[in-house]
Amino acid sequence: MLTTSAFVAFIQAYTNRLDELQPLLDQLDNQIGDGDHGTNMTRGFHAANERLTSTPTDDLGALSQTVAMTLLSSVGGASGPLYATVFLRFSAQWKGQSQVDAKEITEAIVQARDGLVVRGKAHVGEKTMIDVWSPAAQTLQENPTVSGLLKAATVAAEAAVGTRELVAGKGRAAYLGERSRGTCDPGSVSSAVFFEEFANVIVGGVEKTPWPTLVS
Amino acid sequence: MKKLMNEVGHYVDEMLDGIVLAHPELRRLPGTTVLVRAKKADKVALVSGGGSGHEPAHGGFVGPGMLDAAVAGEMFTSPTPDQILEAIRAVHGDQGVLLIVKNYTGDVMNFEMAAEMATMEGIHVEQVVVDDDVAVQNSTHTIGRRGIAGTVFVHKIAGAAAEAGYPLETVAQIAKRTIANVHSMGVALSPCTVPASGQPSFQLADDEIEIGIGIHGEPGVRREPIRPADDVVDTLLDTILENAAIQAGDDVAVLVNGLGATPLSELYIANRRIAKRLAEQSVNIQQTRVGEYMTSLEMAGFSISLLKLDHELTKLLNAPATTIAWRS
Repeated sequence: MLTTSAFVAFIQAYTNRLDELQPLLDQLDNQIGDGDHGTNMTRGFHAANERLTSTPTDDLGALSQTVAMTLLSSVGGASGPLYATVFLRFSAQWKGQSQVDAKEITEAIVQARDGLVVRGKAHVGEKTMIDVWSPAAQTLQENPTVSGLLKAATVAAEAAVGTRELVAGKGRAAYLGERSRGTCDPGSVSSAVFFEEFANVIVGGVEKTPWPTLVS
Repeated sequence: MKKLMNEVGHYVDEMLDGIVLAHPELRRLPGTTVLVRAKKADKVALVSGGGSGHEPAHGGFVGPGMLDAAVAGEMFTSPTPDQILEAIRAVHGDQGVLLIVKNYTGDVMNFEMAAEMATMEGIHVEQVVVDDDVAVQNSTHTIGRRGIAGTVFVHKIAGAAAEAGYPLETVAQIAKRTIANVHSMGVALSPCTVPASGQPSFQLADDEIEIGIGIHGEPGVRREPIRPADDVVDTLLDTILENAAIQAGDDVAVLVNGLGATPLSELYIANRRIAKRLAEQSVNIQQTRVGEYMTSLEMAGFSISLLKLDHELTKLLNAPATTIAWRS
């Protein structure tokens, strides 16, 4: 069950993880992009976090909308519109609700995945966040329960690690062609952390993936 | 990292303040990263922009005969849709707005979202995407080629077309023809360091150069040993000529663009070879620009852009323009 206070706690927890992982995300992006994924995400989620704590509401849709608009105006790059799209889809799905169950969470995640595909025009296998969002959404669809959320977080982490072997087809890494192989996609890692923290807020006790030792 | 800066978080903000203090003909929209010139309502308005770190692009091309507004993003990061929308709102008159965007996933997405928002407000917006970098293979399966220094030709020519009073559709068509006719490629001798990261964007040995570099410190397409300037020019020019349908007797404009830390002397040495090669192929150089137009912070290196001209493009290229970084 996701409540408004759990949602706010999720954004807070995700922001904290981004703070921790900013150097790693920048480093991954440096290897195959322009080196600012961690910096941009941290800036955006700090802004979103501040905005949420200053505008209390019991509407999950309104909270998601606030996060989306803040990310849109503070992240930039490709991550801004993409992560904003995730929260815009959450907002549409959860409008007027103060809490949602695993089924409604699943539906929102699936909608977010579809939104990412439309906005980013990427397909599975192109070394983008779709490579995480797609299997995670599918896992949840097959098992739209709390345990499905845990499984989705595990699947997301494995998928993010798996992007190391992929050649980029979208985003700045695509210009490297074959040379993009060997580095994990930073947007996929930040997405996997998203699923990890999301599951942790709802279920609790989720083990934190040791990203720095796993992907650097 | 050694940089002339104060707070890293104030880098773009303080730069924009410095620009308008030096150039009072430009104005910064309050609370934004948008630079505009005095509004001219009876023409198509041109809005461009991109990440910061490419100075003089893009604010340096705002002025009569070129852009109406430039939107600055964070360092090497596309500006956000709300900022682009502010620019569109500020400059649009009754003839519509043309957005000139460089082909990067982030830039295209952010400008597209701003265009959608402006359209909802009833503003007529068209968008053109510049993809002049021939170092990147063009394919329907990828996002295609990057936009680099050749974008400045698009600013100039579309700017002249707008100033001449052409309608939006025509200005957009001329911009697209310019994009189809311009081909560029760059090389780096040393990387650059984004202030927020503090680390060089890639490592290059003392005797290595990075061929096919972009303008965001991203690695190029291959790494090769350093060699004489003429050979480096030939490598870039051969690839450009393979991709551009330029033949004996054609007219071209040449842009030799420094990436931020290349002495002007070296750019002139490169230009000497370019002129010789084009003369050997009986290609007529109508105009040559040598200097910094679209940089990549303190990267050493340069790019070559060739624009194939026709009668109309020549006329528009030569039309008057008064901006910080381009005068004609």
